[in-house]
Amino acid sequence: MNMELSRRGLLKVAGAGVAGTSLGAMGFSEAEAAVAAHVRPLKLANLNETRSICTYCSVACGIIAYSKGDRRKGERAELIHIEGDVDHPTNLGTLCPKGAALKDFVKSASRLQYPMIRKPGSDRFERVSWDFALDRIARLMKDDRDANFVAKNHDGLAVNRWTTTGMLAASATTNETAWATFKVAKALGIVGFDNQARV
Amino acid sequence: MTNSWTDIKNADLVVVMGGNAAEAHPCGFKWVTEAKAHRGAKLIVVDPRYTRTASVSDFYAPIRQGSDIAFLNGLINYCITNDKVQWEYTKAYTNAAFIVKEGFGYQDGLFTGYDEEKRDYDRSTWDYEIGEDGFAKVDPTLQHPRCVWNLLKQHVSVYTPEMVSNICGTPKDKFLRVAQMVAETSAPNKVMTSMYALGWTQHSHGAQNIRAMAMLQLILGNIGLRGGGMNALRGHSNIQGLTDLGLMSHLLTGYLNMPSEAEPDYATYMKSRQFKPLRPGQTSYWQNYSKFMVSFQKAMWGDVAQASNDWCYDYLSKLDVPAYDILRMFELMNQGRVNGYICQGFNPLMAVPDRAKVTSALSKLKFLITMDPLETETARFWENHGEFNAVDTKSIQTEVIQLPTVCFAEDEGSLTNSGRWLQWFWPSATPPGEAKPDTAIMAEILLRMRELYKKEGGAFPDPVLNLSWDYHNPREPEPEELAREINGRALVDLKDPADPSKVLVPAGKQVVNFSQLRDDGSTMCGCWIYSGCFNEAGNNMARRDNRDPSGLGTHPNWTFAWPLNRRTLYNGASADTQGRPWDPSRKLLEWDGTKWVSDDVPDIGPTSKPGEVQPFIMNQEGVSRLFARGMMRDGPFPAHLEPFESPVQNVFNRRMRGNPVGRVFESDVGRFGNADEFPFFATSYRLTEHFHYWTKHNVVNATLQPEFFVEISEQLAALRGVENGSWVRVWSKRGSVKARAVVTKRIRPLICDGKEVHVVGVPIHWGFMGAAKKGHSVNTLTMPVGEANIETPAVKAFLVNLEPTTAPGVQS
Repeated sequence: MNMELSRRGLLKVAGAGVAGTSLGAMGFSEAEAAVAAHVRPLKLANLNETRSICTYCSVACGIIAYSKGDRRKGERAELIHIEGDVDHPTNLGTLCPKGAALKDFVKSASRLQYPMIRKPGSDRFERVSWDFALDRIARLMKDDRDANFVAKNHDGLAVNRWTTTGMLAASATTNETAWATFKVAKALGIVGFDNQARV
Repeated sequence: MTNSWTDIKNADLVVVMGGNAAEAHPCGFKWVTEAKAHRGAKLIVVDPRYTRTASVSDFYAPIRQGSDIAFLNGLINYCITNDKVQWEYTKAYTNAAFIVKEGFGYQDGLFTGYDEEKRDYDRSTWDYEIGEDGFAKVDPTLQHPRCVWNLLKQHVSVYTPEMVSNICGTPKDKFLRVAQMVAETSAPNKVMTSMYALGWTQHSHGAQNIRAMAMLQLILGNIGLRGGGMNALRGHSNIQGLTDLGLMSHLLTGYLNMPSEAEPDYATYMKSRQFKPLRPGQTSYWQNYSKFMVSFQKAMWGDVAQASNDWCYDYLSKLDVPAYDILRMFELMNQGRVNGYICQGFNPLMAVPDRAKVTSALSKLKFLITMDPLETETARFWENHGEFNAVDTKSIQTEVIQLPTVCFAEDEGSLTNSGRWLQWFWPSATPPGEAKPDTAIMAEILLRMRELYKKEGGAFPDPVLNLSWDYHNPREPEPEELAREINGRALVDLKDPADPSKVLVPAGKQVVNFSQLRDDGSTMCGCWIYSGCFNEAGNNMARRDNRDPSGLGTHPNWTFAWPLNRRTLYNGASADTQGRPWDPSRKLLEWDGTKWVSDDVPDIGPTSKPGEVQPFIMNQEGVSRLFARGMMRDGPFPAHLEPFESPVQNVFNRRMRGNPVGRVFESDVGRFGNADEFPFFATSYRLTEHFHYWTKHNVVNATLQPEFFVEISEQLAALRGVENGSWVRVWSKRGSVKARAVVTKRIRPLICDGKEVHVVGVPIHWGFMGAAKKGHSVNTLTMPVGEANIETPAVKAFLVNLEPTTAPGVQS
């Protein structure tokens, strides 16, 4: 982390309502310190700050996420606010109409919570456990791979293609997720493998 | 991007064509504003619509969508005709002087070697004459009639201002004004940047759109300089990363290629990848291919990959087609030849062209697995939503498993932006409900399938069982572990070849970057171009030193840029053949007599002498290519091609439809419409309040732009009797949608080939899930045609008809 006192850091020191002596050290006159003492501390002052990157476009603006609870300490953390990161060289703290409303994306009412299954012909999803869903997926995939894997072509050349199950990868996941996804998909021989970069 | 977002402030001229940065990339666009305000830079926008970018431009010129090559070839022609060429750059840093084989030619809109039956070219004449010394022949005087320069001059000579105006619908005086402004940047100390996006890529000739601008930038001497370059704005937050990491059918990591059936063993695979220099003394950096490939195989299969088994070459699939790309997969699915499909953070029901075909294809799957933080239309393709998804639920026999994943706020790792910066971020929230990271889901699928293979045996389990998966918690690999693998490490002590008593990298330590990789199995590396991102100095992607000593937007210690933390690609071309910067006030590299000096990482050997070693080190020529040899399927030069659906014929060959080598499946041939039945010319785009189909789930954004609309001109509205704000039906050969009409001056009819062309603008966003009003989707209308080189769907230009109608009948 950059330890320089940024504009945002300055606001935090001031907004947290620390003793007047610190304000004095920062160059505030006594009168200003007196006013500052009456100002309600910023609501964000006691929240945890996390440096992050906007999930939308590839400008990749820096953001600061404020949450109640600290994930680094293993606590439950609830996102309270997101703002632009003034220390970020690209966006210098600004956000667009999408980035400015980013918190409501994270907390959208249509965020998924549980694994669900829709059976053939059914008109609804039914909740299932992760164990059930993952075992079912492994079974479906293995059965299809075993039945349709093309180990050799007509000339007897090893070609190792699994064309009957495909995968679209997510270009908003991290490089690290992408690498793990790549390893699994390519090792299985999934050739119908693409991501949004194609479209 | 060759450059970075912050570098755009160094431009003298910004050309936005094939994109709409102010709207789609607002916080990056601020650097255009910065260039305008503080450098006096000018902004040109060329677009069918008067966009929000156009509204802050210095000059706007309208153009018919899909006709960009004619416009750009016209600009090249203008620069050549008016001697507005950066001659020293063009002569030294491009292949202008290279002599092309006899027999190469271009006539009636086609290059030599076209086979109408195969819809493909025999590209054997599209190459250089090679001398007895094995090097390409050149004529530095540019007198040879078959040198690239003279062939280019001849090729673009037909693109006169009158011809450009006739094809593109751009009034001649507006084209000439753009040409004059662009041509001024041929001065060595004037720099233009190109900013483009899907408006160029989503055509059957998309790659040639980009090539045409790249060629223009080369003859103007604008590549490799601060404020210059070719800048693909790109889409999703990590679309660059997923491309770099090769999550595509035809790729491995770092732009290594998947093998094909024509490459039965590793030796054959490597034979066509020797990359011997085509001119004396040139770098041809891809000569190191085998080091990256062997290190990649070691990252995948560890100790099992050995020289004796071709580094597990046979574990990789060998392709029998150029790619099993997304359009091919939906074609196969619709033929009943695909049983299972996994959609990770991808919503093909909205994003893939020809929605009726997509629904039909998905309905034929045995199983569909979705992994997403949000509800998607794809996960519920079987659910009836009235006219917004009119399906017969009962008849759809697909089993659908919907898995909840974390979103960015709950995740940790790096994202690669369009400027190639790998930026690390940290988690700030606890995932909702039982949502899991994608890494855990992929791990579980692998480990559970492995268990089944161990128990039951099955089809070629070796690559699955032997996949390197040596993580602290194999059920949920940690981001840092994966990043370290991507960077690569020494597997044994790496000795200094010059002094074997010296160990460069001890066994088990991270390599400093890809220069330490070897092809003898002693190193592993997941993705060579990312190597250096997480070495023994630590996680360089997490660096947050935002200082910029030069004041020119380099920010060299902010996170990590690939390759090697290099911020501007081809920066060796920012200096002349003596090593002096073209513009001392925007110095990027300078030769101090023994080495290159820069605040960036030189894109040339640090002691490679200027004038001897040329700066395009990835090319066998050492220079850039105005003539692409046989590397592109649709021609070594860009030539004007019409979209597959177009209101006018190709003036160079009126019989030719679309790109003669564009990919069309036989079953789709009947799905094209003609201008007599579908007289209007539509294009698709995104609004600044929206991000694809995601922001439907955000009540703020859904409220800001609430309802599906189409934009039409006042003239078209009058022609069809449409009131502003009323409902219209828009239909193509493939489907029909209802939308509100926005009647606007921002779109105006164009005159092309003597015909009045009415443009219809159709924004993407709406569907039937989330917080937004339900709406029809653009892909109901678009064509399933693939770009000739890379199979990107050509969805930016298609024919429609339009009439007044009533509101959609079903509103819930």
